[in-house]
Amino acid sequence: MARSLLTKLIAAAMIAAALAGCSEADFTDAEKRSIASMSLSALAPLPPDPTNRFADDPGAAALGATLFFDTGMSRDGNVACGTCHKIDRQFQDDLPRGVGVSETHRRTMPLAGVARDAFFFWDGRRDSLWSQALVPLENVLEHAGTRTAYAHYLKRRFGERYERIFRPLPDLSTFPTSAGPFGTPAEKAAWAGMSDAQREGVDRIFSDIGKAIAAFERSLVHGKTRFDRFADAVAQGRAPSAEDDLSAEERHGLRLFIGKANCSTCHTGPRFTDNHFHNTGVPPVAGLPADRGRIAVVDEVLADPFNCMGKFRDGGEEACGEMRFMQKSSPELVRAYKTPSLRNVAGRPPYMHAGQFATLEQVVNNYASAPKSVEGESEIHAVALSEGERAALVAFLKTLSD
Amino acid sequence: MTSAWRMVVGAFGLVALAIGFLSVVFLTAPVAPGPDLARSKSSAKGLYALSIAPEAGEPRQGELHAWVVTVKTRQGAPVEGAAISVGGGMPEHAHGLPTSPEATAYLGDGRYRIEGMKFSMTGWWQLKLGVTAPAGADEATFNLVL
Repeated sequence: MARSLLTKLIAAAMIAAALAGCSEADFTDAEKRSIASMSLSALAPLPPDPTNRFADDPGAAALGATLFFDTGMSRDGNVACGTCHKIDRQFQDDLPRGVGVSETHRRTMPLAGVARDAFFFWDGRRDSLWSQALVPLENVLEHAGTRTAYAHYLKRRFGERYERIFRPLPDLSTFPTSAGPFGTPAEKAAWAGMSDAQREGVDRIFSDIGKAIAAFERSLVHGKTRFDRFADAVAQGRAPSAEDDLSAEERHGLRLFIGKANCSTCHTGPRFTDNHFHNTGVPPVAGLPADRGRIAVVDEVLADPFNCMGKFRDGGEEACGEMRFMQKSSPELVRAYKTPSLRNVAGRPPYMHAGQFATLEQVVNNYASAPKSVEGESEIHAVALSEGERAALVAFLKTLSD
Repeated sequence: MTSAWRMVVGAFGLVALAIGFLSVVFLTAPVAPGPDLARSKSSAKGLYALSIAPEAGEPRQGELHAWVVTVKTRQGAPVEGAAISVGGGMPEHAHGLPTSPEATAYLGDGRYRIEGMKFSMTGWWQLKLGVTAPAGADEATFNLVL
């Protein structure tokens, strides 16, 4: 008798649980709003870049594309932007650290949507897409070239195209073949020996190279994925088509992503990034030089002659708000790195700023366990996530791939 | 048979009772009090009456924008020539503002423009304004939820 009562009670409880389970499949209105806000359909049009008056010039973009894939744009003739930013690999290279002339200290970032950032690189050490493009060209681990060498090369190979888009080129015949502020001691000395007018002439050409490459990079955008088609259906209050629907596990992961796991606090909006810098307790890589993240490059971006306050900016100073009001000294800049977009993330291991994690599972584990940072304070709070919940998060992340 | 039916009815009765009890608990639970979202308030020591307003419509996540802070004495007279400091952050995330906003202009009538504000995340933000003027130094904290 007692056992029969118990059985019936259990049966009733199971029916109640099943009913509750059905409602689990529906998102709340707040969740639906979050999901709609993450669709690519919610992405605002790309704003203009008044600091680069060639930003939307098709001729400049075409020259930029040529330069981007030209290995002549390097000291040894073997490295182009496209060497690490591979066109068929989301403009990244699948390596823990990019390899130009030598191995760098940072993971190559994918480039879709990059024109929407305010600061560039993992640590934000440049404040415009065009000034960013100049850094690898002179970095001794990447293209390792010099400013005058690039000016000579540009005039020789693309002089006519350049002049048609930008401006007449100066007579470079008396300029050193290879000189710049970051070269060998002889190249630095040659750079110091040039007149101010000569140096400014070279810097002008150099900044135009960056502006052409930036014009090309503005065309790199994300494509819609299954998640976007699902999110659009949710936003419009209709049922997603069978091939666009998310599985129960993917939906569970999505709910965790925008809820308990707190992922969408930073990985927010259609690009899944807040465009800001955070210490998330990611461990350093043994053997690499000390890396303090954003705090270490504040002075560098402020001193960059190609920054928004410099004379190579087009347009007015009102475009320089990001730089003018940037956070310069806060303790949370220590080991803070840019929040990367999560679009197509499943297709580009390894992860983090120096390729610390080989799999998305490791990434999720790091956020769930929230280890202390080796320096500064991690912003992450530990979240208890079961094996199933971690797997669901990873399953959801895979819906962000084409 | 009768006894089995009684069991079923009893079971449903128990489930209904449980649902009823849970509904009462959830429906009558006090709503967690949110932060005070007032945009006008007295400074902490009561020296000034402060009010804040976004200069061009409600701010959107991730966009640089400006606020106008109005500073008046307790008696309601506009305060001119005040030095305004701007701080704040997200109390739930233990971090400060993502930018370094500054008071960049005096607009007259006790109004000051604060430029360089940015909310990089949705959620609860605090804006801490310090005011230094002849009446003394004081401060006020405003809560903003994005």
